[in-house]
Amino acid sequence: MTTPDPAETFRQEARELLELLEQALLDLDQTPQDRDLVDSAFRALHTLKGSGAMFGFDEVAEFVHEFETAFDQVRKGTARIGSGLVAIALEAKDHIAQLVAGRGVKADGEPILQTLRRIVAAGSTAQAATTPQGAPADTAASTAAAWKIRFWLPSDALAFGTKPLLLLDEFREMGPCRVTALAERVPPLDEIDVEAAYLGWEVVLETDKPREAIEDVFVFVRDGMELAIEPLATAAETPAAAVTVAAPAVRAAEDTPESQDGAGLRAKTEKPSGAGDKANSSLRVPAERLDELMDRVGELVIAQARLSQIAAASADSTLKTVAEEIERLASGLRDTTMGIRMVPIGTLFGRFRRLVHDLSSELGKEVEFATTGEETELDKTVIERLADPLVHIIRNAVDHGLESPQRRGAAGKSGRGRVRLAAIQTGAEVAITISDDGAGLDVERIRAKAEEAGLIPADAKLADQELYQLIFHPGLSTAKEITSVSGRGVGMDVVKRTIEALRGVIEVSSRPGEGTTVTLRLPLTLAIIDGMLVRVDGGRYTIPLSVVEECVELPRSEMAATQGRNFLNIRGALIPYLRLRELFGATGPADAHPKVVIVSAGEKRVGLVVDQIIGNNQTVIKSLSKLHADIGTFSGATILGDGTVALILDVNHLVAFGQQFENRLRTQQMGRAA
Amino acid sequence: MKTFNGTSAAGSAVRALTVGLQDEVFAIQAESVREILDVVPITKVPNANPFVGGLINVRGRVVPLADLRVMFGMERRAANADTRIVVLEIDLDGEPTIAAILADKVHDVTDIETSSIEEAPKVGMRWRSEYVRGIGKRGEDFVIIPDMGRIFGAEGGRNAPVDLEERVDS
Repeated sequence: MTTPDPAETFRQEARELLELLEQALLDLDQTPQDRDLVDSAFRALHTLKGSGAMFGFDEVAEFVHEFETAFDQVRKGTARIGSGLVAIALEAKDHIAQLVAGRGVKADGEPILQTLRRIVAAGSTAQAATTPQGAPADTAASTAAAWKIRFWLPSDALAFGTKPLLLLDEFREMGPCRVTALAERVPPLDEIDVEAAYLGWEVVLETDKPREAIEDVFVFVRDGMELAIEPLATAAETPAAAVTVAAPAVRAAEDTPESQDGAGLRAKTEKPSGAGDKANSSLRVPAERLDELMDRVGELVIAQARLSQIAAASADSTLKTVAEEIERLASGLRDTTMGIRMVPIGTLFGRFRRLVHDLSSELGKEVEFATTGEETELDKTVIERLADPLVHIIRNAVDHGLESPQRRGAAGKSGRGRVRLAAIQTGAEVAITISDDGAGLDVERIRAKAEEAGLIPADAKLADQELYQLIFHPGLSTAKEITSVSGRGVGMDVVKRTIEALRGVIEVSSRPGEGTTVTLRLPLTLAIIDGMLVRVDGGRYTIPLSVVEECVELPRSEMAATQGRNFLNIRGALIPYLRLRELFGATGPADAHPKVVIVSAGEKRVGLVVDQIIGNNQTVIKSLSKLHADIGTFSGATILGDGTVALILDVNHLVAFGQQFENRLRTQQMGRAA
Repeated sequence: MKTFNGTSAAGSAVRALTVGLQDEVFAIQAESVREILDVVPITKVPNANPFVGGLINVRGRVVPLADLRVMFGMERRAANADTRIVVLEIDLDGEPTIAAILADKVHDVTDIETSSIEEAPKVGMRWRSEYVRGIGKRGEDFVIIPDMGRIFGAEGGRNAPVDLEERVDS
């Protein structure tokens, strides 16, 4: 195992904390009264400060300290939370993120802090004027009190970078204290784990700070520590001003174990909670190692397919057994590996709240942003590549989709626009929908723009759906004015390309006056899928099993290439079908008993006529090179057990291609008839 | 007279792999050649440009197989015992890409004198002149130096080949 770089560990931790902080701040914007949120924001700050100092990120620690000091007013309830405060706090959070990243920080943090202090001060004077509780509370707390604090760190605390000395230093800052080390839990020498923490400490502290301040010292120590804080009757017991730090061993000897369990100790033992256990047992693994693992598994699956093929051709029953065993193991390994790569999409959704928050103030539109399905899981790579397209679509929804409050009012809608982001898994697909309750797409404007840009001939007859698809065309923007946010006509085409590169599809639906919904359908994973291997003429093709609904024999009545129609009647449902032999320009003799594979393509069901169904296989997806970028009907290729390459059908594109193909046939026929 | 100056070895010689396509000899810069293979099963890509109509498996990697004969308007003979597949690394819009080409015959690796290389003449050639970087000489014979970047790149591979059969685009 390699030792993790402590600075990198801190950065990762800090990123998570900052995210937490941001969420809390955004929530506070909605519900300013929620004390839990304030606490959670404060905890995040405090932990950041602590671990920042510990890992040598002094600049971070210093800034956070200032931030925290200002924010403390909020926590004490003397300053009120308004959107001004939230905005500046978010700015401060961004500044911290820059500091943590260590990139050349352009702006000095001081102006942010000044604004923050000003807002907090303004808020607190207002508060003080109305409710004069803040001040007395402070005076009450300022009377010095003595506390006895006993604590044991979790045994793995040192390994995780907690420095007890820093904790003790924090107490020293709070007031005169006497520190005693408690050594009774130190095991005999031969049982000592050098990395474990065995010592406990007893601190007798005289301070004017409240109990919470003492608890806060430990706020960034992980769960599982033991902590007892007991108020001492008078300050008399504490040593006069002098701060003594005795040699731990000597002091420990003086303390008998019996004396610790005295009554009246207000013990607060934090037992490791379930969540804590979980956190302990999880590992951080660099993403590239996962990619490497996936590549290896992919190779294994290909090799296993070869083995299975050899075994199937052989009469050796032991070989067959082993091949089956390996197949089962490989498929299990594949599923586990892919499972590791699955990440809940909520990690992505979080950052859009901030986006909407910023957009809404920038554009002067009140926006209610709701998300559902955060727990839906997708392949890590897919999630990473989804971020930019989603930013774009959400921007569009807020900027173009939602009308200005005045226009909403005029249309009889609430002034507050709604944008919903939802994710749901259906089969081997995840559908992500972004919907707004704005004005809907303006079909006439799209048409006018497209005609102007020469994309469609004037008065072309197009269905609304086809017109909607035009918004993905480069160079088409229907925003009447170009705002700083969007409207330059670059972007939606990039969005479409990105989604297609992920083997996904993008759909748009819209109702005038009611809003627009953009749906992204994405495959769960990019690496390996279950496929159905079919033969068309001399070529073998893989159809993703996730889209296959059923397979039937092509009825004898349909066998002859009928001129007018290609429909099947499947239990009363009308299913159009495509002859892949025609589509692929097959020249060899057709099979006597063609089969129809019924697949679902978007909302439709379509039959694909093939010569033979060979069977199911695990398909390791290899992408096609740029030289084949113009071939949409195949989403990739795979290597079969015998080493040959088989193409993977992209059913949605294939159906669209089939439509074009039939249109051409139709025009040809009409030409002949005329 | 302009000389060919497309390589690093300016002034001296260009190391090249010479391959036969129909009755012509083509020279491919040796450093772009990764390996030479015997003919392997070729997977046809329906509706693809006939120039890159196939895919092959090169050590677990799916590699597009191109046929220069399409770009040079040559007859496409069936593979025989001399037929080889040359795997190349070409630069495609700034991205190194692995692609393979069919060769009716692989001759040898040879040095072509830079001074002997001339620009492709504008007349007396059936081929599109932008696909030819120059004509070199090897003994008494002419050697065609194809411009792989153009042939495979935006100018070539996705453009109309010489004898184009109508194809349906997706």
